[in-house]
This record gives sequence, structure tokens and C-alpha cells, in this order.
Amino acid sequence: MKAFTVSKAVTALMLAGLVLLPLYSSLSGNIFILTLFTRVVILALAAASLNLIMGFGGMMSFGHAAYLGIGGYAVGMLAQEGVGSGFIQFPVALAASAIYGLVIGALSLRTRGVYFIMITLAFAQMAYYVASGLARYGGDDGLTVYKRSDFSGLINLGNRTQFYYLCLACLFAVIFLIWRIVNSRFGLVVQGLRSNEQRMQAIGFPAKRYQLVCFVISGMMCGLAGALLANNTDFISPAVMYWTRSGDLMVMVILGGMGTLFGPVMGAVVYLLLEEFLSQLTEYWALIMGPLLLLIVLFGRGGIMGLLGRLHRG
Amino acid sequence: MAEPLLRVEKLVRRFGGITATDNVSLDVAAGELHAIIGPNGAGKTTLISQLTGHLDPHSGSVSLGGRDITYLPAYRRCALGLARSFQITSLLLDFTAADNVALAAQAHAGTSFRFFANARKEKGLRDAAHAALDRVGLLHRADVLVSRLSHGERRQIELAVALASKPKLLLLDEPMAGLGVTESQGMVKLLQELRKEVSIVLVEHDMPAVFALADRISVLVYGRVIASGDPAEIRANEDVKRAYLGDQHVVTHHG
Repeated sequence: MKAFTVSKAVTALMLAGLVLLPLYSSLSGNIFILTLFTRVVILALAAASLNLIMGFGGMMSFGHAAYLGIGGYAVGMLAQEGVGSGFIQFPVALAASAIYGLVIGALSLRTRGVYFIMITLAFAQMAYYVASGLARYGGDDGLTVYKRSDFSGLINLGNRTQFYYLCLACLFAVIFLIWRIVNSRFGLVVQGLRSNEQRMQAIGFPAKRYQLVCFVISGMMCGLAGALLANNTDFISPAVMYWTRSGDLMVMVILGGMGTLFGPVMGAVVYLLLEEFLSQLTEYWALIMGPLLLLIVLFGRGGIMGLLGRLHRG
Repeated sequence: MAEPLLRVEKLVRRFGGITATDNVSLDVAAGELHAIIGPNGAGKTTLISQLTGHLDPHSGSVSLGGRDITYLPAYRRCALGLARSFQITSLLLDFTAADNVALAAQAHAGTSFRFFANARKEKGLRDAAHAALDRVGLLHRADVLVSRLSHGERRQIELAVALASKPKLLLLDEPMAGLGVTESQGMVKLLQELRKEVSIVLVEHDMPAVFALADRISVLVYGRVIASGDPAEIRANEDVKRAYLGDQHVVTHHG
């Protein structure tokens, strides 16, 4: 268990790379890479949150991008109304995500399997259309965030490096939390429910309660990603809630390795870098990306983490 | 006579035109091992499912220790001291044997809304799991994934899981199903030990095992209890003989 493995080595390299990235960026004068990776880190955070319910909890939510929008709009709308303090914006983003998760989860968790996928998707699309209808906040066109969240001198989100490290710290904190959660009493129950719900009921665990709490925790984590995302792009629009974005998050999780701690981070890095790289090569990058993902999912069961694990065992 | 531990009264459950449980009444006294036997399709599993809360009856009642539990969900009954094993092994395959059993102990040891401390390092839960595994003779397999255990071993884990919840009443749905001769003998031996500690309702096809173990036997045919008594009475009962000789029509006419 404590032995050296390929997947551990690759993970450590990746994390070291993420930590040292601003250094490289400032030495090489490549500002673009820092901007790109800020986005990568934020979406990795969103993917990690999705992995908590999808990988560990077995709840295939196809509407996770809704939280990106909710977190983002909390920041954007408050900024628009003159509330610029991050100490208010971020808690509001988390609370709004929690409430959305509670309501959507309570309704969706009555269903299982394909129906669960469809109902979470449907709710996210509803959120998308609600956001599109917010005329005061830009409607379809979205909302420009003129001033980033203000943390009264504690940290300056306008500074690229500081903002990047804030995002990275959030990602690490969330992964640390997930690590604690999946090994806790609560986490074992949630994973037990993924494995065999009938058995868990029979030994005395009411399934829905635990799954709902897990659903809400995951939503709040993703809401945090949304609040960061709005600050990163200085803009929030209904597009971040669109179902294709939920699909992107799912692909990141599956690509990296469901139910692994660092798989979603790996997935986000690979997916977004591929997208960036291929779209520079050709306009039809999706034609290459699609089959590539298909191959990894087909032959790399367990995603990249699974592949690396098998590499080690030979 | 004192209040029975489990009392089933006039239980009825229909599936379409078929009455799978037809006015079943039975009492299980505390400390008793009560076997339920009957030919295939007699409605044994349907009956068990209503006792555990996986299926709602259409009428009648089930009470445990004097408390009506007819419509309580499965997890609440479990909290009241009712544990079950499944006819078809139902375990968490991607968990270790110890994890499977520890989770059952966890369900009965305080809240599981604890998010931070490592549950696998909780000594109380691990000890309970190891004790239950030891009880069924599988301590040496504690850290093996259940998916890697043999069928016989999984049947034993089923028992350990049920034991770990410290039940008042154990419902065993064909614990010998699919076991070889030696394994079956081991299971009978184990049940002989367990019955000293806990009341048991045993549904089983293995007749020698049933007659060796049971204090009382109820015979179910076409959803009805046609006879109930100690093993000697059941052995002598004409209706039961007919049912097991296959002449079930006679039995229904009598009923």
C-alpha cells in the first residue's frame, strides 16, 4: 500500500507541476499558460466535486454544471448590486448551491439509474433557462463582472498569480476534504450504497438521507468552483450551465478515473489541454478529440488512473 | 405464555390472482429456533420479505417484541433488532470482509453522519467486526475483498454481517443454499452455536438440517400454514407427508 506506484509518481509530478506553474510562467514570460491553467484548476475542482457523487456515491448526475452557474451568478449578481466583498459573495454562492442541491437532490433521488441521469439533466436545463430569462442580469448575453471579489486586502484576486494560488488552494482543500469524507463513517455508508443498496438498507441504513447529504456537499464544492470561474472570466452567462458543460465534467471524471482521489484532476488537465492543443491545430478538433476519448474509455477501463495502475502491475 | 418475540397475524399478500401469503399466522418465542419449510413456490421468501420490510402485506400484521412493525421500512426494523441474511448472497463485493461486517456494526453504534475521522480506524467497530468474523470462523479472511471469497465463505459473511448488528431475531433465508456437504455441516454446527444467543427464524430446504436444528417447524404450502409444531409432530403429520409426496391438491381441499 505504501509502495511506489506509477500512478502515484505521475500524480505527484502533476501536482508539483501545478504548484510550480506560476514560477515557469513568470520566468518564461508566458502569461497565457497561467490563464489557461487557472481555468484548468477551477474545472478540476468542479470535476472533483462531481466525482464525489458519481465515482464514490454512484449517483450519475448529468446536471452538475448548474452549480457552476449558481456560484457564478451569486458573485455576478451581488457585484452588480454593489456588494463586492468576497466574504459575502462566496458564502452566498455556497449557500445557494446547497439549497439548489437540497431541493434537486430530494426530488431526483427518488429515482435511480437512467431516470436519475435524465432528471438531474432536466433540472440543470431549467436552471439554464431561468438564467437566460434574467433580463436585469444580462439574460442570454450574460453578465460582466466589473470587479473581482474583494477580500479586503487579504488576497488580491486581480493579481494573476495570487488568484491562481487561491484556486489551487481551493482545489487541494476540496480534495483533502473528499479524502477525509470517503474514509469516514459517512463515506463508507455512501460507498456501500453505491455497491449494494438493498444490503445497506437491510443492515439499517436509510439510503436517501446519506445520498442527499452527499449530493449537497458535492454541489457546494462545485458552487465554489463557479464563484472562482466568474472571477476568472470576469463574466458569467447561462452558457456555463448548458448541458454540454455538464457532459464535459462527466468526461473529465471518467477520463481521469472515477472514484479515485486525483483522477478528476488528471482528467481535467488532459481534457482541457487536449482541447486547447487540438483546437489550435484544426477547426475540426472535435473530430480528433471524440475518437481519442472513446479509445481511452474503451480500452482504459478505470480511466487514466486505471491505465497507470495496470502499467505498474505489468 | 409470555409475549412472543415475533408475532405474525393473518398476513395476506397477493400477486395478481395468486395469493402468495394466505392468512399466515405464527408466533416465534424468544430463544426459539423456528423453521419454516415448504415445497418450492410455497411462498417462503414472500413471507420473509414481509417480515423484513422489503414487501408490504395487503392485510394482517407483524409485531416484534409487542411493537407493530407491519409497515416500517427495512432499516427501522433493523434498528429494532431484526437482522436478515439473503437467500441469494447480497454483500458489498468491492469491500473487504471486515468492512462489510464493520458497516453492520456501525449502523448500530451511533450516528454515521461523521465526515472526518477515519472509520476504519475506529477500534470499537473493527473489534466488533473481527469478533463476528471469528464467530463464523472467517477471521483469517478479514482483509480479503468479498469478490474474491468463495460462495461458502460469502454465506458465512452473510451470517457475520447479521450477527454484527446484535439482533434479537435473526431471519435466515436458506443459509445452506448452494453449499457443499462439508460446508453445510459446518453451517449446521455454527447455527447450533448461534441459537444459544439469539432467536432464529430459519427458512431452509435442507430437511436433515431443519430437523436437527428446529425447536418448532411451520409448514407452508400454497401460502398457508398447514401445520405447526415440534419436529416429531411435523414428522408424523399426514398433511405434511402428502404435501411432500407431491399430492398438494389433497392438502388444499383439506384447508
